[in-house]
Amino acid sequence: MTATAPLDTTDSGVDNTPKKQRKRRSAMALSGRDRTVFVLMIAIPTFLHVMLVWVPALASIFFSFTDWKGIRLSDINFVGFLNYEQIFTVFEKDFWQAVINNLALLIFLFLGPTLFGMLLAYLLDKNLKGSRIYQSMFYTPVVLSLAVVGFIWQSVVYSTENGLATSLFGSGDPVNWLGNQGFMIAFSENYGISKNFVAILVAIAWRHTGYIMVLYLAGMKSVDQSLRESAAIDGCNEWQAFRHVLFPTLKPINVVVAVITVIEALRAFDIIYVLNTPRRTQVLSILTTNNLLGEGGGNVGRGSAYAVLLFLLCIGFVIWYVTNHYRESEI
Amino acid sequence: MDELQLPKSPSPSQVGFSVGRRSVLKTTALAAGVVAIPGLLAACGSDSATDAGAGSDAGGAAAEPATGEVTLGSNYSNEVPQAGLQAAVDALPNEDVTVKINEVDHNTFQENISTYLQNPDDVIPWFAGYRMRFFAAQDLLGDVSSVWPALDGELGDGFKTASTGDDGKQYFVPWNYYAWGVHYRKSVFADNGWEVPTTFDEMKTLAGEMEAAGITPFALGNDGFWPAMGTFDQLNFRINGYQFHVDLMAGKESWEDDKVKEVFSTWAELLPMTMADPNGRTWEEAAAALVSGEAGMMVIGTFVGQQFPAEELDDVDFFPFPEINAEHGIDVVEAPIDGWMMAKSPKNEAAALELIGFFGTAAAQDAYLAEDPSAVAPSSKANSAAYNELQAKTFKMVSEAKFVTQFLDRDTSPEFASNVAGPRLADFIADPTKVDSILSDMQEQAAVILGG
Repeated sequence: MTATAPLDTTDSGVDNTPKKQRKRRSAMALSGRDRTVFVLMIAIPTFLHVMLVWVPALASIFFSFTDWKGIRLSDINFVGFLNYEQIFTVFEKDFWQAVINNLALLIFLFLGPTLFGMLLAYLLDKNLKGSRIYQSMFYTPVVLSLAVVGFIWQSVVYSTENGLATSLFGSGDPVNWLGNQGFMIAFSENYGISKNFVAILVAIAWRHTGYIMVLYLAGMKSVDQSLRESAAIDGCNEWQAFRHVLFPTLKPINVVVAVITVIEALRAFDIIYVLNTPRRTQVLSILTTNNLLGEGGGNVGRGSAYAVLLFLLCIGFVIWYVTNHYRESEI
Repeated sequence: MDELQLPKSPSPSQVGFSVGRRSVLKTTALAAGVVAIPGLLAACGSDSATDAGAGSDAGGAAAEPATGEVTLGSNYSNEVPQAGLQAAVDALPNEDVTVKINEVDHNTFQENISTYLQNPDDVIPWFAGYRMRFFAAQDLLGDVSSVWPALDGELGDGFKTASTGDDGKQYFVPWNYYAWGVHYRKSVFADNGWEVPTTFDEMKTLAGEMEAAGITPFALGNDGFWPAMGTFDQLNFRINGYQFHVDLMAGKESWEDDKVKEVFSTWAELLPMTMADPNGRTWEEAAAALVSGEAGMMVIGTFVGQQFPAEELDDVDFFPFPEINAEHGIDVVEAPIDGWMMAKSPKNEAAALELIGFFGTAAAQDAYLAEDPSAVAPSSKANSAAYNELQAKTFKMVSEAKFVTQFLDRDTSPEFASNVAGPRLADFIADPTKVDSILSDMQEQAAVILGG
């Protein structure tokens, strides 16, 4: 703990002071032309940001209280909380299963790919022979989009009759990896984590691990070598050196990884969608899309309500992150 | 990449019939096009304005003389159907009408239909049945009843019903279709001395014999959730009849009705004889079992012929899903129809009506078939000499049918079909014992989606 405190103060100190100075100086030194440029440079991005982020977000909240079918604006009727009520009473099985899946994905990404990626980074950081090769191998899946990962795993690994997973782990009979909606972990008769969702989690991990590994590897490379040497001189064993010296210095990376993982877990969509959303693998973004988009969608009201609920779930994490971040920089 | 992943049941203009040796090249081109649809092939809108071809008294019953330009939206983005449409447009007898074709990629068109209908072309490609009626009820379509008197002679009652909106007016003219039936290999049946069943009991007996012979009686791959809808439809209208089926789809009957429960209990009898774990399997994988002879029968659309090697196409045959309830016999055929609608306020109404009326005639459909022989024309006067055996059989079955249904995802709100019916039917297949809770969920959700 003692090692972190001074690092943090210097960090925030470096961050804060010049910003204030710059602002004060520039406000005084602006000529007329500078001011125009300055206003334009603020105005255009602000306009774009408001139009592309705030207006759609507020429109979603607005539409979630209507029954709009997406055809004519004049057909909008306000229905109060009806869409939300229906989600919680009529479509509750789809909704809660999606929330469970989103949270399961979040927890899984922290426990699986994050820890494993950190371990890989730690091992590769030891300058093993051929570490560059391993590094490339683990990193390769990251360049693929998750949708492509979905197609690859569907046809190569999870094919019922002749997939790789079937030949490796099956008993010779076809195994229905992506279609098996039975629960692996059942919370109740209707809710749980289904086997096919676990299969998808594994495919997501295949890609996500490499991503985390690279982030940690970059962080570890930048750790001051003298820290490790002093730890060694002080008689730390491998675990102690990692736990008390290396890991605390990786704090900025941990924050980045935490943010990335939360984002990935909550926005999860493409891999599940391209697999035609096998039963019980839906996540909130899928419910939103299915109600909003396409010819089968068109239920803007309920789709927006799903989007707002997803937003509320996200905002919880955002608040946690922002408060945490500012609290630390104030110290 | 030979997997065709469809979130919805395929449209006739996407799949059609395989036509085997007769025009292998065209079939291959079509198949290649079909495969490319989901991802790529966003055929850039080629605006080809074409003068109407040499006019004669070839067929189009032009009531009033129409002139000027009419715009025609086209989702026939594959080469073969595209050429067919162009040929049909060229065959329009009225030389004073210029047809401007605005082409959009097939899937893009379907995804954006609600937006498109805000500012459509004069003549619009779409599907018959509920999905047409939905937009008609939203007051987005123009009434085309005036062209129907001229078409009554060549388009059967089933087609007219499928083209009629809730208010009794016609908003649609049929263009081509395929049909659903029980597909099998003639050679497999001949080798084992099996007969085509005409009643449900005969089919169950046959299925038992197939199991004894080591063949899985029913192939089913339910990836995307639409294939199981096909089986449900067949069982429902065979057991409960056309009217009940249509009313159930429209939300006027309850999913918790004993009649529906009977459908599911009958289905549950077939499930042990169906390929295990259908939910993770694509329909192509299921069809492969039919091709190889591992499975004996498959309830699917006639497009399954695509999965057979061209030289074995003669071996594919189908029979209508057999009679279950003598009261209804086999009076319903499931045949998804593609066709044309008119915009609410077209820029050139006279020309639009004339073009739509012409599309319903044998002259236009023959011109299309000459380029794309994988389609079947609704007109009874169309040149059926060019049909292969499957097409001829489909044509006969559909034109003799008393009622034509479209398909579950076309006969009800697409939202209900894709967000409720598809997933719940998959749940039923996975665990038939949960039928009561599945049906009560379906009814609750149908009431919300179809009721309001």
